[in-house]
Amino acid sequence: MSETTSTPQVGAAGMVSDRDPTDAPVMIHLDGVEKVYTPGAAPAVEKLTLDVHKGEILVLVGPSGCGKSTTLRLINRMIEPTAGRIIFDDEDVTDIDANELRRRIGYVIQRIGLFPHQTIAENIGTVPRLLGWDAERTRKRSDELLDLVGLEPGIYRDRYPKELSGGQAQRVGVARALAADPPVMLMDEPFGAVDPITRDRLQNEFLRLQAEVQKTIVFVTHDIDEAVKMGDRIAILRERSVVAQLDTPARILSYPVDDFVDDFIGSGSTLKGLHFERVSGLAIPEYPVVRRDTPREEARRILDMSDFRWLLMLDERGRPARWLNETHLADTSRPLHEVGPVVRAVVERNATLHDALEAMITSSAGQAVIVHRDGTYVGVVQIELLTEVIGRMRREARKHYEDLEATQTTDTP
Amino acid sequence: MDGVRSLIGFIADNTSGILERTIEHATIVLGVMLVATVFSVVLGIAVQNRGLAKQVSLGTAGVLLTIPSLALFAIFIPLVGIGNRPAQIALFLYAILPILRNTVAGLDAVDPAIVEAAQGMGMGQFQQLVRVRIPLAWPVIIAGVRVSTQLITGVAAIAVLVGGGGLGAYIQRGLTSLGNPFSIERVWTGTLFIILLALVLDAVLGAIGRRTTSPGIR
Repeated sequence: MSETTSTPQVGAAGMVSDRDPTDAPVMIHLDGVEKVYTPGAAPAVEKLTLDVHKGEILVLVGPSGCGKSTTLRLINRMIEPTAGRIIFDDEDVTDIDANELRRRIGYVIQRIGLFPHQTIAENIGTVPRLLGWDAERTRKRSDELLDLVGLEPGIYRDRYPKELSGGQAQRVGVARALAADPPVMLMDEPFGAVDPITRDRLQNEFLRLQAEVQKTIVFVTHDIDEAVKMGDRIAILRERSVVAQLDTPARILSYPVDDFVDDFIGSGSTLKGLHFERVSGLAIPEYPVVRRDTPREEARRILDMSDFRWLLMLDERGRPARWLNETHLADTSRPLHEVGPVVRAVVERNATLHDALEAMITSSAGQAVIVHRDGTYVGVVQIELLTEVIGRMRREARKHYEDLEATQTTDTP
Repeated sequence: MDGVRSLIGFIADNTSGILERTIEHATIVLGVMLVATVFSVVLGIAVQNRGLAKQVSLGTAGVLLTIPSLALFAIFIPLVGIGNRPAQIALFLYAILPILRNTVAGLDAVDPAIVEAAQGMGMGQFQQLVRVRIPLAWPVIIAGVRVSTQLITGVAAIAVLVGGGGLGAYIQRGLTSLGNPFSIERVWTGTLFIILLALVLDAVLGAIGRRTTSPGIR
């Protein structure tokens, strides 16, 4: 752990979202879409009705064999639905030419499928070529996209896929899917085949990219952690692609609607939920602090008068410096500003509660110091406060579902 | 040593005739290969995804290869008369199997993820074939073409028996005049130049293969 947790990770920052994804207009509307392979047998995907809103990442997550990939492939009609309609930006695309539809939808698969006989630039230019762009425009676009995914065009443009690492190949896969600037992207376990460190980096990069390009994305994974990290909303699917719960990650983690969802999100969901609340949303109570030049007796008086076991000493610029307790105050062998453990983990106000919890665990005083961007002291957060927040999140999520149920019962006569 | 010297002497005395026969031989082989390649690649593409048709065509091509060449050449005489024509038809039938089998194998070996990506980006069947599947199967297809070329360059020597041309003429004359002067030299000349021709054609096809294969899959 470094000295400060000053800026939260991109991924962590991406998880905190105040806007409601369902406020945006609907981009993809699946209306009773169904896939039956053998007539009479159980359908692979049972009549599914689902809205994907403009600019959101909707994650389809579920155990293997639940039909999440099939569902994804029904959207670009790689698998033709046997019933239902697919509405794409208010246009019924159920019966239009499938190739024409696919050119309007970016498609990224786990095994990437770069064309090994083509250069990186040619790979990225695939859809533009199909759409009849001229060579110059295609070339410019592929350079632009290489830049966007963090690969230097001068180095990578003329290379072949075999010369790329797994992570680089997946970046090119994303660039290729974005080539013709499609409004929608379908991603089937796109980061499933790379090592955990690369996966984490690709996820963070992708979230940053998404903040820039604002595509409507349907993302399939079997990994609930990835779903929680990437999704604006998550659809947890059970067998035959039946939606068990569809909501924001925060609400799903706070209030799993049934045992299936509860089992699937697994243990530690409360901890994961802490990713969705920011420190700035907390009411931070008063905490006893002393200055570097505060006399020892004065410090002792402040500690005695407070309900806390620790004092926080700030340095001359108002930044947290050391923790002091009874023992340190009694130690007269050294000046007060040389005793007591140094404050190592501090968190900024815009950090998540998960970051705050981590700071608490690493802190010798068992509490997290909150600072302004310039490092100056704001307050101290203790574990009790987090417990309160968790309780509040649960109550809010439950109330949301109760309200939902109430409106549904009043709607139906 | 004497034999080699007299062979060299024979070749030196007959260069223009040998050259003519070699060109004749090469013309027969190249003509047949051109037709056989187009036919077998198209057939391979057509049957690759169709289990039964694939088995039937590969099986038939295999059976054709087991027919004794002498008989196969003669079979077509009643249909097309004597000369190069019956030889060409027989050679064509022999040339099919290696190219057909390699075309199917090459297309089979294309990573399904690559085809899925192509399809997912909106390439139609024909575009997938021309832009992705054939270029990726190409090195294997070319290898099949090289095998067929080697095979029929040798077999084409029999063309002379059905009234065709080519280097087989030296072998045949040598064999029918055994004991006479230069008979063995004739056999050797025909054999040697067929081998040389096969090596040259193979080298040329190898070069073409390299030139037409993307550096990305070499």
